[in-house]
Amino acid sequence: MKILVPIKRAIDYNVKVRVKADNTDVDLTNVKMAMNPFCEIAVEEAIRLKEKGVATEIIVVSIGEKPVQEQIRTGLALGADRGIHIETGARLDSLQIAKLLQKVVEQESPDLVILGKQAIDSDNNQTGQMLAALTGMPQGTFASEVNVEDGKVKVTREIDGGLQTVELSLPAVVTTDLRLNEPRYASLPNIMKAKRKPIDVQNAADLGVNLDSNVTLVKVMPPEQRKGGVTVGSVEELVEKLKNEAKVIS
Amino acid sequence: MSILVYAEHDNTDLKPETNKLVHAAKQVGGDIIVLVAGANCGAVVESATKIDGVAKVLVADNEAYEHQLPENIAELIIELATDYTHVFAAATTTGKNFMPRVAALLDVAQISDVIKVESEDTFVRPIYAGNAIATVQTTDYKKIVTVRAAAFDAAGNDNSAPTESVDIIKAAEKSAFVSAELTESERPELTAADVIISGGRGMQNGENFALLNGIADKLGAAIGASRAAVDAGFVPNDMQVGQTGKIVAPQLYIAVGISGAIQHLAGMKDSKVIVAINKDEEAPIFQVADYGLVGDLFEELPKLEASL
Repeated sequence: MKILVPIKRAIDYNVKVRVKADNTDVDLTNVKMAMNPFCEIAVEEAIRLKEKGVATEIIVVSIGEKPVQEQIRTGLALGADRGIHIETGARLDSLQIAKLLQKVVEQESPDLVILGKQAIDSDNNQTGQMLAALTGMPQGTFASEVNVEDGKVKVTREIDGGLQTVELSLPAVVTTDLRLNEPRYASLPNIMKAKRKPIDVQNAADLGVNLDSNVTLVKVMPPEQRKGGVTVGSVEELVEKLKNEAKVIS
Repeated sequence: MSILVYAEHDNTDLKPETNKLVHAAKQVGGDIIVLVAGANCGAVVESATKIDGVAKVLVADNEAYEHQLPENIAELIIELATDYTHVFAAATTTGKNFMPRVAALLDVAQISDVIKVESEDTFVRPIYAGNAIATVQTTDYKKIVTVRAAAFDAAGNDNSAPTESVDIIKAAEKSAFVSAELTESERPELTAADVIISGGRGMQNGENFALLNGIADKLGAAIGASRAAVDAGFVPNDMQVGQTGKIVAPQLYIAVGISGAIQHLAGMKDSKVIVAINKDEEAPIFQVADYGLVGDLFEELPKLEASL
């Protein structure tokens, strides 16, 4: 079984982003970048399926400029077998990303595509579902458990009221939620070995996908700041203020 | 302009997100048509007809829609969508699941998690865990929008809109519902509660979350948690408030033993009044709290329960 894991290079989750002074976008100059945390969970799940003998090959794919190869190398160091880099400097929305991934799915015919449920930069939560729709695959989003058996995959999903389990025929798309697994770290020998694993670089413009988005970013503003409040000295004072000053309890 | 609003429901109850969606749709202008897709969902339809501003309620009542599987719901909506300029759904785990499929099948972008409608084609949405607020404009021929319900007021319930049944049946064979394990609780749902009390890593373990129960009972509050508490295995993920959990904006939010990571603040900083109880006076949660109490939660919580 072949697993395709699309990954995104995103701002490191510990970094608090700043808005540019001219309000055109956020400022990513010299900001630390990393693999999107939900994508790390996707890579980890693919590796575990390979360790269980369910998967035979793991391909990581990323879309963007040359630096995304750092994240592809990270995926290879964690245990993926080979990488694909779709090279483009264009500013893409989820729909264009999903269309490019659709081309990769056509090239590779994976049995399972595992993606992070959302990227922590755009916070869109769209790509996996869009890819599923474009390729006609069923989807199991926000997965907290994935079991492959008899040509099907059972996915337990984190939903607002609790958990839901669905059964999907393969090939299928799965997107990862936080509790699916705890990603490992790459060991030094594996990081060295990853340098020799192949990365196939393809030019996005050659894939026959319209990369123009109809969505424009008009402006980006910093959020309204809450003013810090007061420190109260005791529970009694707190309750008194909530009752008489804020009037939110009676 | 005509807007199709997807009713959020569980076949039994219409969820309050729906009234907020309708309110958001009113900012666009034009006819508002609500779609109820489910099975044996008559009570939901009844509630939907009462929402102010709704011109009509479309009813797709069929077992194919019982579990609102995204493969089926998306196919249903794209067939209905020809009549509409906009489709609105709540940015819940239901809406987030099927809406991107709708957008992709219509070959348009989706605008996710909208907190403000500027005009029929321009929307405001948070990015980077709410550390930046983006205004985006789309020239797509249809606007596919998920709405952060907590950011909008609710439309009233003084209407009696007509209903129309939809006999389109879409039942994909590639996906099937197996089971659901829903959290049973007498407490209000997080996204609907006026008061929320949340625990973080400072709670130390899952058993200690019981310390929040008595306070929640007295305040009629929902109980939430930070991602740190979920990651540590103290409580289930459906209690998570934050960037990757639920986004809430109650009248009163009490954060207990929560340091205030940006991912958590993204989920609760629009609450009207925020209270923080934490023993670390340097914790970032105090920078957003209206009332901060520096102290050991194991001493302060019993006192708080007793004084309410």
